Amino acid sequence: MTALAPLTLPVPQARPARTLVILPALNEEAALSAVLRELALSCPQLDVLVVDDGSTDGTADVARAEGVPVAVLPFNLGVGGALQTGFRYAIAHGYGRAIQFDADGQHDPSQVPALLAALDEGADLVIGSRFAAPEEGSEYDVGRMRGGAMGILRLAVRVLSGRSFSDTSSGFRAFSAPLLAFYAADYPNEYLGDTVEALLLACQAGFRVVEVPVTMRVRAAGTPSTQNVKLAYHYLRALLSLLSRAPVRRRERALRRTLR
Amino acid sequence: MSTAAHVFILALTLISLLFIVRMVRHNQLPSRYALLWLSIGAVIAFLATFPGVLDRVSSWMGIAYAPGAFFLGAITLLFLIVVHFSWELSRLDARTRLLAEELAILRADPPRDRPRSPASAPEDQPVDH
Repeated sequence: MTALAPLTLPVPQARPARTLVILPALNEEAALSAVLRELALSCPQLDVLVVDDGSTDGTADVARAEGVPVAVLPFNLGVGGALQTGFRYAIAHGYGRAIQFDADGQHDPSQVPALLAALDEGADLVIGSRFAAPEEGSEYDVGRMRGGAMGILRLAVRVLSGRSFSDTSSGFRAFSAPLLAFYAADYPNEYLGDTVEALLLACQAGFRVVEVPVTMRVRAAGTPSTQNVKLAYHYLRALLSLLSRAPVRRRERALRRTLR
Repeated sequence: MSTAAHVFILALTLISLLFIVRMVRHNQLPSRYALLWLSIGAVIAFLATFPGVLDRVSSWMGIAYAPGAFFLGAITLLFLIVVHFSWELSRLDARTRLLAEELAILRADPPRDRPRSPASAPEDQPVDH
């Protein structure tokens, strides 16, 4: 993979780092406006960037009307590419931390401070987990086939990272400055790559990953991004990718430990 | 095989070679691929002209049916070329994605004006885009 060098030096630890909330958005004109307003009310101190991932509707216009900066991709790259765009924008404009937030309204902005607090405590990657909640009853139903496939993938992650995560596919995440630089250089771009693979890459590169319990809502508008037919292919591809990466990443992790 | 068949194969090969040369002359084919296809064409033309060579090579390889040896070689070569193209295609894809991302960032609105933290010192932050 071609990797560009990070554009700025890491932000000094003592100063409060500015935080960028990145919203990858594909055809979300219906939900986006409300999400941006709620975010501005709930976290007025945070800057927001909408990455328009090749939308064919008025997503970018809606964001501009709300006074939010927009990066418009010339064609659809998928969540991974949109996120990486956000990471590069964050680094180019001197942000020290970033939040990944859904544009469809399934995340609750009042839970952003909880993720940032975990960053302050020294985590590099904070995952807002649907399943780490104390009360087990409020389970988010994903269907049987998908649940099974997610289970296999979770097992692979557990074996390869040596850790157990309750929600590897959550798109509600927070990133530290070193992890931003790491992801800006190279971020998995295929379906599941942006969630599971990225998580494993962070683990194997020696970053500190923690989960924070969050609750998610039923999406406000838009449709889930996958069909059942493609699911098997995507899970197989992700599994293969995880397995094939393992030996190389282990070497890199060893290298990181030596450099610390 | 009959002499007619050899002449026919030779003619086909020569036409293909001329076609490749023409593409190179019109700058439609980079020379590294031209070299690959021209050398393949040359080998086929050679085998068509001297069919005894193929028979000898296949008996060395322990293959009784000479065209079998030819097809084995041809399929192996084409397989390797296709694998190479897959590699090149993924490299192009990665570069295109990166260009798209950089384009989006260059065209994006800058962050809205707020009291900036001193962490982002202006001297190492060119903002004129």
